[in-house]
Amino acid sequence: MIIIKRHRYLIARRVVQIGFLVIFAGSNYAGWSILKGNYSSGTVLDAIPLSDPYAVLQILFSGFLAGNDLLFGALIILIIYGFFFGRGFCSWICPLNIISDSAIAVSKRLKIEPSFKMSVKTRYVIMLLGLVLSALLGVSAFEIVSPVAILHRGVIFGIGFGWTIILALFLFDVALVKNGWCGHLCPLGAFYSLISSYALLNVKHDSDNCTNCNRCFGVCHEPQVLDIIGKQSGVIKSGECTNCARCIEVCDDDALKFSITNRLLKKN
Amino acid sequence: MSSRRDALRKIFNSAMIAGSGGLVWGTVASSAAKSPLALRPPGALVDDKFVQACIKCGKCVVACPYDTLMLAEVTEDKCLGTPFFEPRKIPCYLCTNYPCIKACPSGALLIDNIQQESEPANIENARMGLAVVHKESCIAFSGIQCDVCYRACPLMGKAIVLVKEKNEFTGKHANLKPVVNSDYCTGCGICEKVCIVEKAAIFILPVDLVTGKTGDHYVNSWEKNDEKRIENRETLQRSTDEDVESAIEYLNSDNELFEE
Amino acid sequence: MTLDRRRFIKRSAAVAAATAAGITIPIQDIKAASSAEGNWKWDKAVCRFCGTGCGIMVATKNDRIVAVKGDPLAPVNRGLNCIKGYFNAKIMYGEDRLKRPLLRVDENGNFSKQGKFKPVSWKRAFDEMELQMKKTLKELGPTGIGVFSSGQHTIMEGYAISKLMKAGFRSHNIDPNARHCMASAVVGFIQTFGIDEPAGNYDDIEITDTIISWGANMAEMHPILWSRATENKLSNRERTKVVNLSTYTNRTSDLADLEIIFKPNTDLAIWNYIAHEIVYNYPDSIDWEFVNKYTEFATGVVDIGYGMRTPNHPKFTDKEKETVRNEESKVLSEDEGISLSYLGYKAGDTMEMKNRATSVKHWRITFQEFKRGLKPYDVNYTAKVAKGNPSESIDDFKKKLKQLAALYIEKERKVVSYWTMGFNQHTRGSWVNEQAYMVHLLLGKQSKPGSGAFSLTGQPSACGTAREVGTFAHRLPADLVVANPKHRVFSEKIWKVPFGTINPKPGSHVMKIHRDIEDGKIKFAWITTCNPYQNSANANHWLKAARTMDNFIVCSDGYPGISAKVSDLILPSAMIFEKWGAFGNAERRTQHWKQQVTPVGAAMPDIWQFVELAKRFKLREVWGAQPIPGLDGGLPDVLEKAQRMGYNPNDTLYDVLFANKEAQSFAWPDPVGKDTQNTEAEGDKRDVTGSDDKPFKGYGFFIQKYLWEEYRKFGLGHGHDLAPFNAYHNVRGLKWPVVNGKETLWRFNSKYDSYAEKAGVGDFAFYGKALKEIGQGDLKALKPALGKYKLANRAKIFFRPYMEPPEKPNGEYPFWMCTGRVLEHWHSGTMTMRVPELYRAVPEALCYMHPKDAVKSGLIEGDLVWVESRRGKVKCHVETRGRNRVPQGLVFIPWFDEKVFINKVCLDATCPMSKETDFKKSAVKIYKV
Repeated sequence: MIIIKRHRYLIARRVVQIGFLVIFAGSNYAGWSILKGNYSSGTVLDAIPLSDPYAVLQILFSGFLAGNDLLFGALIILIIYGFFFGRGFCSWICPLNIISDSAIAVSKRLKIEPSFKMSVKTRYVIMLLGLVLSALLGVSAFEIVSPVAILHRGVIFGIGFGWTIILALFLFDVALVKNGWCGHLCPLGAFYSLISSYALLNVKHDSDNCTNCNRCFGVCHEPQVLDIIGKQSGVIKSGECTNCARCIEVCDDDALKFSITNRLLKKN
Repeated sequence: MSSRRDALRKIFNSAMIAGSGGLVWGTVASSAAKSPLALRPPGALVDDKFVQACIKCGKCVVACPYDTLMLAEVTEDKCLGTPFFEPRKIPCYLCTNYPCIKACPSGALLIDNIQQESEPANIENARMGLAVVHKESCIAFSGIQCDVCYRACPLMGKAIVLVKEKNEFTGKHANLKPVVNSDYCTGCGICEKVCIVEKAAIFILPVDLVTGKTGDHYVNSWEKNDEKRIENRETLQRSTDEDVESAIEYLNSDNELFEE
Repeated sequence: MTLDRRRFIKRSAAVAAATAAGITIPIQDIKAASSAEGNWKWDKAVCRFCGTGCGIMVATKNDRIVAVKGDPLAPVNRGLNCIKGYFNAKIMYGEDRLKRPLLRVDENGNFSKQGKFKPVSWKRAFDEMELQMKKTLKELGPTGIGVFSSGQHTIMEGYAISKLMKAGFRSHNIDPNARHCMASAVVGFIQTFGIDEPAGNYDDIEITDTIISWGANMAEMHPILWSRATENKLSNRERTKVVNLSTYTNRTSDLADLEIIFKPNTDLAIWNYIAHEIVYNYPDSIDWEFVNKYTEFATGVVDIGYGMRTPNHPKFTDKEKETVRNEESKVLSEDEGISLSYLGYKAGDTMEMKNRATSVKHWRITFQEFKRGLKPYDVNYTAKVAKGNPSESIDDFKKKLKQLAALYIEKERKVVSYWTMGFNQHTRGSWVNEQAYMVHLLLGKQSKPGSGAFSLTGQPSACGTAREVGTFAHRLPADLVVANPKHRVFSEKIWKVPFGTINPKPGSHVMKIHRDIEDGKIKFAWITTCNPYQNSANANHWLKAARTMDNFIVCSDGYPGISAKVSDLILPSAMIFEKWGAFGNAERRTQHWKQQVTPVGAAMPDIWQFVELAKRFKLREVWGAQPIPGLDGGLPDVLEKAQRMGYNPNDTLYDVLFANKEAQSFAWPDPVGKDTQNTEAEGDKRDVTGSDDKPFKGYGFFIQKYLWEEYRKFGLGHGHDLAPFNAYHNVRGLKWPVVNGKETLWRFNSKYDSYAEKAGVGDFAFYGKALKEIGQGDLKALKPALGKYKLANRAKIFFRPYMEPPEKPNGEYPFWMCTGRVLEHWHSGTMTMRVPELYRAVPEALCYMHPKDAVKSGLIEGDLVWVESRRGKVKCHVETRGRNRVPQGLVFIPWFDEKVFINKVCLDATCPMSKETDFKKSAVKIYKV
């Protein structure tokens, strides 16, 4: 039981992640209409458009005025994450998360200490670079190489030799940089980090209960966001927190939990 | 000290990654965006624009009732993630209600592209490619009564016409040779699909690759509407009042004339 | 002899040049050309498919077909082929060729109607056949067995099975699929000329100025002939005119100067309109010398029903009865009120079908009476009745009718009318055939080079096998009929069987065999070289009868199809190039070929199968007295006569019919078969375990040659003369009658036909012997008081009125549904659907529909729909573009695709005279799945 309790959010995340893949794949292979398309752009029940705002931004930067469906769909996604779920896409939706989580688990099991060090801020440079290159090349620069898209398109429509890229990323994460792609390079994650700083859903820390056991640091893939742990109570402010809730489920001290907090109003 | 060195190192690493990655990325992306041979769904913008506009969501693929469309995978030189089709496998069957175009959220496939002036949209205005006949492998050119492509063509008699010619070998039969008319060919590829020879003798290539362009300084007097072709042409330029140096230069250099 | 490559090419060029110029070159040179292709062996053969009869060359290597090419010496195609011909090399090697006999058995290996197919030995197969057949013969007599025969049998196969059934089992329940294809043409020929098959030949295509295609999509169904028509048009752009008459626009319209889209069945009215124009408005165009010297006028009964069963049949559903009701009596429509006014009918009257059983009754009338009958068919009436495209203006249509008539009438213009299934598959198919001759005979444009009415054949040997051999329920070889005692005696003499052996009562035609199986009157049926369970209309009835009733059905086939699927025993048959054979094409050309390769698996030629079955029956089992329903006293016991002829009651039918002294005299090996195998005569390298469980080593004599030479005796001296067996192996076919080694180009024309010349009545002589003594009367009725009239050497010009088909669209079933074919596939597709290239070209049958009808029905291109009639329904996809453009109110669905089983939908009405089904006119509704 304790194992399940310790992993309750992890299990829920895997269910949601795989569920989305299944629903998308079902639209292609079985003609379901719950959610058609893929993570770049989908349609809910043949009515509500959704689209990846960073991808749409690239199209705009490339010099093409994207269709209304895309713009509207991007707006909906911006609202969903920006106002509500924060960077939840990365830990709850993105299928690459499964790969990078596995990479971390594998290097832990094999006792490999990824030695290459780089700044977690690199991704912001890449994100900007993506937009600049889009403008220079006249084509969505990240989208035509995006491993995230290779993976989800691969599952939904067929992957071909795309698996080699995914494998490369996995090995990169295992051997070179811990959480290398998701935590350091991915411009999509960077984009969501930027828009998520004021989302309602976030993790709240009660330092009174904290015993400084540091378990949360052990499981967190973006440990830089945990700067207040054991020091002061409050919410995790950084948009880089993916709301994965691993810290919540490993905390035996009731010092971490989800909260709905309007960070625009409350200052703490 | 060491943490400071670490930090510097981290910044250096990041800069190197971002810098070198950016260069590689730019080069890869610019070549990956090129896909001169890809056949796009109906109503697609012309290829550069199409690749630019497409968000690679695959909704057109989902919408296609014939499983014609595929999304380009990594090793295919068709711009990763963009939709295309291979007529010899599954051609476009020209759905009259064009579900793929309707499914497109980005404007990469546009109903406007299959609309002519004030008339309602018609899938027969699609120009996905152009059929080309390789007459040396087309058995109809050697007299076999085939015309499978002709009969299968949704625009039979317009996009593919049969040119009839006496068969000199038998003296009493006619060869019925399929000839493509680019004014009508939609590039749907049904002809390529049905061609009965081992490797299709009629096949679809992107329009740009297989079309020429007539100079617009001359109008065919025997073709009624040929003038329309040059409607937007500007007047002949070039002739200015200044002396032309090259002419003078030519006149002044007479050495070669007297070389032995 | 070896040829280097250069010399080979040079010689090939010589061959090409020679054939183009129409010169024959020495045979040795052709042989030289072939041997250059490595160790391939080239030999002449014919195409397996349509009635055109193209010659092909087959290359074999290591006992397998490796390639084919068009035979440059074949006069029909001169080296070309259509795409079906192009794939002859591939048809025999489909993955799922049947290779072993298969029997439905239970767990214990005993036959069970509900059992699953399991491979069995040939002995086990014949044991079961013998058992079941004897059981049925005992219970029901000779009429309890039936054979579905074919226009795709080789001539010798057709002759063997016909002889076995008619002389051996004394049953005429043998009828070919040609019944579905040519029977109306046959009635037209016999009633008009007294002898079957066209007068002209394919040379007419080049000679004529006018090619008029009626209900024949020649461009798709006879592509090689069409390419000849196209060449004529190309060479004489101004002079040559091409007309396409059809109920929808098809490929043949591409070349046409004039296209006439008419309403189904109104071809009857259009012919009468042409005759009306001739007789009333252009009487000078009548060739009176020809008409007076060589023809007589005639007409016949019209209240003949539609060849259906009467509505009281217990197996009919209420829905079916709505149509079947018309079989007994029909309320006449407005149009029929006018066309039948000469009989005293008016619109709304009920016509009682009193002459259903005597539909062929006809009598001589005067020209004045004939003229009176044509009176209603002026351009106004005809246009109103016949206009088939609702979006065409009536004035345009009238203009076209006038143009059509003008082409026929123009004095110096040569005209050929071609037709196929549009005429023949017609509830008045015999009439419309006769109407074609009516116009041609009136104008004197018949049996002349470049002029004549020419019935095109569908199958490769519908003429050669089905019609000439007479594998029909009422026929014997060479136009003889079973009902004529003299013909029976003549046949019994040739067959060396006792007088009285042959049953005087005609048997069941194809539709009747199906109906008899459903009625429990036939309990043993053998399907050979055809697919009757896919090709017969109203199929639901017959499928159910085959699978759920007490009967035993055998199917000999090369591939598994619908018929094999509903059978109880399946026999694997050798296919075309795996046996010796001969086909006869539409222009009376008989072409032979030799066995090229050993059959696959344990497949055996059909002749072998017939002959092996004959071994299982002793004379005393079949030649005793036999009951025949409807024949007083039944069939006599002829065993005593047989004994006097030297037969023993314990002799088998094999001994008497196939291995008699005469047969044994045709020795094998024979020089004509040098370097050629002959599975029947000598067995083959497989040593197939035969019907007696011993390796089959051959009959020891040249059975095919024997069958040919015996068959030939029927026609010699009777206008059906065929050449000796060996002659055909040195030429590319000969057009019969072959008299003194010379083929006949235009029959009935004294210049070309020695029989016509011999008749000594002038430039022409329609010397056919059948139905040449008829009664006389007026338009309305036969007047027995006027006595009989003999019309030797004359043809009949029939007046036939316009009538409607028994089923027409109405509110509930708003569409006409017409079935047909596509170029890519042959008939039920068992061969061509297995050629990957042809399958890819046309993988399924589509429902061709007018775009506006689609919109009205809420459908779009590609939608899956139900096509439903009063009899059944099928699913198929809608096509609003492409090769066939139908007018509003009509849909066209080809029948090659067993997954779109359109014959479940079709009405099984037939021409009451020819018994040929009308597959072209059913009323259907169409709705989204």
